[in-house]
Amino acid sequence: MSKIELKEIDKFYGKNHVLKNLNLTIDDGDFMTLLGPSGCGKTTTLRVVSGLERPQNGFIYIDGKEIVNAKEAHFAPPSERNLNLVFQSYALWPHMTVFDNVAFGLKIKKTDPAEIKRKVKSALERLQIGEFEKRYPSELSGGQQQRVAIARAIVSEPKLLLLDEPLSNLDAKLRVDMRSELKRLHHETGTTIIYVTHDQVEALTMSTKIALFRTGELVQVSEPLDLYDNPNDLYAADFIGNPSINFVDADAEYTSDGMTVKSPLGTMELPRKYMTENAARTGTGKVVLGIRPEQVILLKEPVTEKNVEAKVYSSMPAGSETLVDVRVGTGTQLTIKEIGSARYKTDEKVYLNISTHRMNVFDKETGKLIKLSVESDIGRSLNPDAPRF
Amino acid sequence: MEQKTASYSRGKRIRNQLVSVISNPYNVIVLLAVVLLTYLIVLPLLDMIHTTFTLSQRDLRAIPGAKVGQFTFYYWKRLFASNLSANLLIKPLLNSLLIGFFVSFFSILIGSLLAWLMVRTDLPCKRFFSLAVIVPYMIPSWVKSQAWLALFKTARIGGAQGFLCSLGMDVPDWIAYGPVAIIIVLSLHYYAYAYLLVSAALNSINSELEEMGEIQGAGKRTILSKITFPLVLPAMLSSIILTFSKAIGTFAVINYLGSKVNFVTLSTQLYSNSKSQNTETAFAMAVLMIAIASLSVFINQRLIGSRKSYATIGGKGGRSTLVGLGKQRPLITVILFVFFLVCIILPIGLLVLESLMLQEGNYSLSNLTLYYWVGSGNPNIMEGVPGIFRNKDFINSLLNSLKLTFVTATCGTIIGQILGYICARGRGRFHGALVEQLVFIPYLIPSIAFGGIYLSMFSRAHGIFPSLYGTFALIVLVCVVKNIPFSSRAGTSNMMQISNELEEAASIEGAGFFKRLAKIVFPLSKGGFISGFMLIFISIMKELDLIILVVTPSTTTLPYLAFQYANRNNPQPSDCVAIVMFMLVFLVYALATIFGDADLAKSMGGG
Repeated sequence: MSKIELKEIDKFYGKNHVLKNLNLTIDDGDFMTLLGPSGCGKTTTLRVVSGLERPQNGFIYIDGKEIVNAKEAHFAPPSERNLNLVFQSYALWPHMTVFDNVAFGLKIKKTDPAEIKRKVKSALERLQIGEFEKRYPSELSGGQQQRVAIARAIVSEPKLLLLDEPLSNLDAKLRVDMRSELKRLHHETGTTIIYVTHDQVEALTMSTKIALFRTGELVQVSEPLDLYDNPNDLYAADFIGNPSINFVDADAEYTSDGMTVKSPLGTMELPRKYMTENAARTGTGKVVLGIRPEQVILLKEPVTEKNVEAKVYSSMPAGSETLVDVRVGTGTQLTIKEIGSARYKTDEKVYLNISTHRMNVFDKETGKLIKLSVESDIGRSLNPDAPRF
Repeated sequence: MEQKTASYSRGKRIRNQLVSVISNPYNVIVLLAVVLLTYLIVLPLLDMIHTTFTLSQRDLRAIPGAKVGQFTFYYWKRLFASNLSANLLIKPLLNSLLIGFFVSFFSILIGSLLAWLMVRTDLPCKRFFSLAVIVPYMIPSWVKSQAWLALFKTARIGGAQGFLCSLGMDVPDWIAYGPVAIIIVLSLHYYAYAYLLVSAALNSINSELEEMGEIQGAGKRTILSKITFPLVLPAMLSSIILTFSKAIGTFAVINYLGSKVNFVTLSTQLYSNSKSQNTETAFAMAVLMIAIASLSVFINQRLIGSRKSYATIGGKGGRSTLVGLGKQRPLITVILFVFFLVCIILPIGLLVLESLMLQEGNYSLSNLTLYYWVGSGNPNIMEGVPGIFRNKDFINSLLNSLKLTFVTATCGTIIGQILGYICARGRGRFHGALVEQLVFIPYLIPSIAFGGIYLSMFSRAHGIFPSLYGTFALIVLVCVVKNIPFSSRAGTSNMMQISNELEEAASIEGAGFFKRLAKIVFPLSKGGFISGFMLIFISIMKELDLIILVVTPSTTTLPYLAFQYANRNNPQPSDCVAIVMFMLVFLVYALATIFGDADLAKSMGGG
């Protein structure tokens, strides 16, 4: 339960500038996920917060208390920050039993032995590994080791819990289970959590907020669905979403009422009220349409003249959903996601119903978002059976 | 929540920086290590170089009008540009290089071949061979030369005749003594280094690399020369410098096998100059030997360059499909058995036999006796010196040896682990690199020269050390410091295995530096500790070159006692001492292998 503020953090490894003037506030009780590809600085940020790394510039405050002031070379040691960390490798001490691993920190703090026993037991029970307390880490499966690592981190009831890609060493099924457990843990303890991952599904499903990184800089800090629906720029749009968002180049003509975009997908009128301040009011320019795979509905026959004719390139049914790659004209390829199983033949002619409300538009030059995605009603009226997004 | 504004004061910054540097025990330990290493390694080296430019009392009359202690090129001139040069420098230098070159060549040849056979082929009886291949390393090289003499000695030069002569064979002198004998004995000793390094490298190569070659259609020979060989080349080059610098610095073997035919090398010249108080000349030779060793390391690094990383690539090893030896399998097996018979059984057997002979060179049954082992002192034999088990010199040396090995191995290993910790955690940072460089220096200094430097430096009170001349402490100091390159390397590889995250996890929990060492680092490094201990124990137990100048009668060790007996032409008691010593080494090795998973190869690399 604490609020963390990072201000103007710079971190260098030798000449390598890893964090560039980072400013980030994590509110009390947040589940903040630091998301980005490997090498983007998210783990470094976590280690700077934990106190394992010292930034060259900047300040960190926890609940208003200054714990890092690089200018004055003040760095509070990790143990004074009232936090705990779960490492990607778990970093369980191989020569200690599960109980001793979890009890270690309490023993250092010279907690009363009976109290230690009670706390460790309760932490182990909470993570459903009570029966393993006498085992050594090497005698546990990966999933169980993971639970021990988490138990060790929460046993001292830290105000801030740091998790560094904790699920990346687990197999796919366990990962899904642990996700829901972690979310539950966050709910029950109310602890502020900073969670590092490169897995966008983890980020989207678990967090209350996501901070998206690119090469040491923050790209966007938003709630998960905001990040998905309205990514700030092309990088964020491309990073979030699986399968990836479809980008289609288009020409735009700006007016005070909005803009008109022309692309192989036809001509679209987009009203001013859905556009951001980044959009011009006059003139023309190059833009990129950002269309999520589920924002397109595939039709066997056209319903309106706005439907775009396309050809099936390949169809990939997966039972619960079907991914269809289609080609419009010669150069434009789109991936479309249809919920449920559907059968399409290769080279079959289909028609695309594209929701202009849901679609994003980005300025090609700056990469910035210029048109927001908003609730649509066209899809429903066209095809009552189609799922709504 | 209230937000304090960011403050800045220079005073606070400086105070915080100071506190953080001083209050971190790691920094203090690094500082202490650097100071001690400088004092014990760099300073002696500089002192030695300085001595070679300083005029001594003895040579005052060589330069008219000069004063004691003044700067002079006299010693270097004498060495390089005087009519003495040929005998003092050129001949020994060429001999040293000759020995170094051939010993390296044959050691690498034998060692690599054995390594390949053991690791990559379907050779039978591997368990036996893998033990047998290490044993020669545990028999000190000077014991081997004793065995060599017992076998080949001729009456013309050596006094009594050796085994072969007694059978009526006419052994030519060039086999019994001189460079050929020295090269053979040393090669049969040092191949173990090449074997250990190359087999470690071979073990780390995933056989899929070779199988890929096979799929591409390469034959066995092509795979060996185009894939396997280049991958182990760095390990082979490392073992070349190891062998080369060791062979150049070796003293005892050359003394045993060369002195009778006046075969001298830099190391024997260094010894005799040092013994005859010609310290300055001895040191000048030591500087020369260090220069040669450094040059070989430099060349090695240039040759390997970035390729060095091969050694660790594919370190997972993975599955290993063995190469079939086919029809040659029985033949190769027999050759190996004969090889080990000649290398292990023969020398030990000969020594045992000789130790049981009342009269040297008399191979009749009636000549056999246990006198040299348990005899109670007959005035007609060896001036009445009793058999070793009743001889207080022997008992004294035995106790000294045990004391020295235990103290040195314990101190050396602890220091090595601490230095290893610094090297491992300081990877890629200045202090780590500095310590890594410092600990490497003793590696370049030949053992005998190292003993000489310490003898001259610590014979008088020096800094925090009182005069250590003739003390046990001096021998321990020499042995510990000389073994630092090996012990710290063992420590580094040990510490590298303990992930930094294990320590970070503890520091998050609030464990301070010493708590982390005691609770995390030390318990996890036990295995490596035993390996490091063993390595130093074995090497010190048989060490002669290093301590030969430092030992005094009260601090005699087993190797030194054996050397003394042999020098006084009493080979039988010398053999007895050597046998006891070898048994001790083997016993400790066996114990350590059984009770701890000690691995000699791990810490052998040395650089």
